[in-house]
Amino acid sequence: MRLFIALLALIAVQLTGPVAAQSGMPPAPYAYTQLEDPALEAEATALMHTLRCLKCQSQSIADSDAPMAGDMRHQVRSRLLAGESADEVRDWLTQRYGDYVSYEPTVSSTTWPLFAIPLLLLALVGLVLLRRLGKRGSHADGAA
Amino acid sequence: MIAELGHAALWLATALAVLQMVAGALGLREMGLKNANAGVVALARPAAVVQAFLATLAFFLLLYAFAITDLSIKLVATNSHSMKPFIYKLTGTWGNHEGSMLLWVAVLALSGGLLAGLERRLPEKTMSATLSVQGFVALGFYSFLLISSNPFERLPLPAPEGSGLNPLLQDIGLAIHPPTLYIGYVGLSVAFSLCMGALITKQVTPDFAKVMRPWVLGAWVFLTFGITAGSYWAYYELGWGGWWFWDPVENASLMPWLAATALLHSVSVLAARDALRTWTIMLGVLAFSMSMLGTFLVRSGVITSVHAFAVDPERGSFILALLGLYIGGALVIFAMRAGYIAEGKRFTATSREGALVFNNVMLSAILAIVLLGTLYPVFTEVFDVRVSVGPPYFNPAGAIFAIPMFVVMAIGPLLRWKDDKPARIQFEMMMLAAIAISVIALVAFFGSYGFLPILGLAFAAALGVAALLPLRGRKLSRVPTATYGMVMAHFGVAVSLFGMASESAFTAEKLAAVSAGGQEQVADWTIELESVDPIAGPNWTAVEARVIATRGDGESVLLTPQARNFWAPSQATSESALLTTWDGQLYAVIGDSAGVDANGNPRWQLRIWWKPFVTFIWYGGLLIAFGGVLSIIGRLQVDLRRRSAIKRGKERREDAEAIGSSAAPEPAE
Repeated sequence: MRLFIALLALIAVQLTGPVAAQSGMPPAPYAYTQLEDPALEAEATALMHTLRCLKCQSQSIADSDAPMAGDMRHQVRSRLLAGESADEVRDWLTQRYGDYVSYEPTVSSTTWPLFAIPLLLLALVGLVLLRRLGKRGSHADGAA
Repeated sequence: MIAELGHAALWLATALAVLQMVAGALGLREMGLKNANAGVVALARPAAVVQAFLATLAFFLLLYAFAITDLSIKLVATNSHSMKPFIYKLTGTWGNHEGSMLLWVAVLALSGGLLAGLERRLPEKTMSATLSVQGFVALGFYSFLLISSNPFERLPLPAPEGSGLNPLLQDIGLAIHPPTLYIGYVGLSVAFSLCMGALITKQVTPDFAKVMRPWVLGAWVFLTFGITAGSYWAYYELGWGGWWFWDPVENASLMPWLAATALLHSVSVLAARDALRTWTIMLGVLAFSMSMLGTFLVRSGVITSVHAFAVDPERGSFILALLGLYIGGALVIFAMRAGYIAEGKRFTATSREGALVFNNVMLSAILAIVLLGTLYPVFTEVFDVRVSVGPPYFNPAGAIFAIPMFVVMAIGPLLRWKDDKPARIQFEMMMLAAIAISVIALVAFFGSYGFLPILGLAFAAALGVAALLPLRGRKLSRVPTATYGMVMAHFGVAVSLFGMASESAFTAEKLAAVSAGGQEQVADWTIELESVDPIAGPNWTAVEARVIATRGDGESVLLTPQARNFWAPSQATSESALLTTWDGQLYAVIGDSAGVDANGNPRWQLRIWWKPFVTFIWYGGLLIAFGGVLSIIGRLQVDLRRRSAIKRGKERREDAEAIGSSAAPEPAE
């Protein structure tokens, strides 16, 4: 089903210009080149998988041929190489493109329910289980 | 003529849905007395059967229109092309909104027809209520199709040529994934109608559960298979080797699966132990609600953008209204009837029912997390705040509930029904814990990997062993088929989990710009780019790389990934080349040309992944689905055997002219 959506994105890409394979500009150096240091490259890959390709539909920059994804991969790799931490790179990108670029939501005034609701859920689950299973069957009602 | 026939068939089916709904509802009022409506009431079943025939006919007529590329039909002209390979002309029928909704409705009618035609075990009143609800649900979706998504609309002038089908969809995956998923989605409508029927007539009994079980199992098997196929399709077709991304569209298929998984366990408890009555009903409502929600998410365009939805809200609001009507209606009936449903049998926390309840709660909690993560970004976008929720959220949040679930899943099947002492299975628990701990120690010793992948490997090992334990000490030839089904499905979960964890932990990636003759190394594979040549297909041109892959000193294998350019519509795709071995897959993609090397030879982007045991993800999915099939076979066997036993007993009794009315006792499994 994901393909149905991917296709919508690709149609949109077509309207805006030629597809990736035919674009004239060569990709940035680190768009398709790995870092020498395997540990650093692993960190970069992990980070890239949690950043959204803004020109695509529901794809991370690690999963896209779009030129913009390539540019962002270059940014991630070259910044990590320059000594920045993964969090600093993510911060730099979110400052530039907004929270939307990061697939890792952080607690903020707009996202707190994403964290509060699971906690509530945890309490609810505990309550349901306690009511349903906690009484060793003595008063357990069949219709929980 | 074809389009008009199809259109007429749909209208007739709609009329029959009304008849089915009314006849079923009248069947409720009758109270078994003779009245003027008796004739109408008897029409509910035939109405459902004929409706199934008409809706299926409409679908096949559209299929035919696509097969012959009838360009006077708008849908064909906008989604097909005369030069397309024949198979993709056919599959293109459901590669668009209207066609896929027609498939949805056809499957809905077909399952309603099967239910009406085959099911004779339920009390007639419950059946009437069930058929009435099924007719009501069908009516909503027929209206949706006819009013806002008519697939048979004609063009004023036939188009000279079609616009073609998206190349990503021109793949055998489209032949398999949407139809199986839809059968699963819509099969749950029968579970929903049965639940409503049982609730309205206050017949939430083990017999009702036995009637519902094959439907739930069947829908669940198709859902499992559809999700597995969809995951593999995305994996090889999108060209980056990802198999799950917590994409809203993926989540839309996962949520009904989670609910259906909980439902099928709950319905088994109801059938065997007469417990969990309200649970089962709630889960039945939840499962189909999630199917409809999934349809809404995918079909309304709300995921692409809330604003796109706001600009053209007709379809989305229609489905949303149906969603509200059916879920709301179900909840109202539930609230009215919940007090009437007698309590089920009791059990303790340390019993098999207890374990099943625990895991049903966990499954529901995971479902809630997925639902929250999927809907929240849609919700904030309404207020112009855009947030992204992805794997870094879903993985840990889901794991909170998945980890205890896997623990209980390992030991639950070893517990006895009703009440058990944990001390009895002490040895098994210690052994499983030892397996898990040694795997963690072993993996952590040999490398540094993420917390969740390591835990996944440990659980996979422990679960794999635990899944087989219910067979221990039993005579294998006498184990019921359904139990084998459970063992296989649980083992499949372990296999799949192993594949996921292994892929996350051990994947090796190589990106390189290579000229012909150049060599690269990834894991223990040597990759040589032999040549890059142009090549042409029926509706595309491509560059094809000839890549020689050699593992250690082993034999060389030729891989031919392609970068294709389709011309109708104009679009580029990557055709990955996969080399499957017993312990994983080598995944090769050719990208753009990348300038020239020092000697002036052209270079190409190559992307190579070695993904150890990645295939186990889908082998596991298939095992789970096959376990479901075994379970259905087992239940049908038992049912047929019992039916013939009852028949023989009845004949004997009739011979003796004695009257016995006690039903055959239900063996606990």
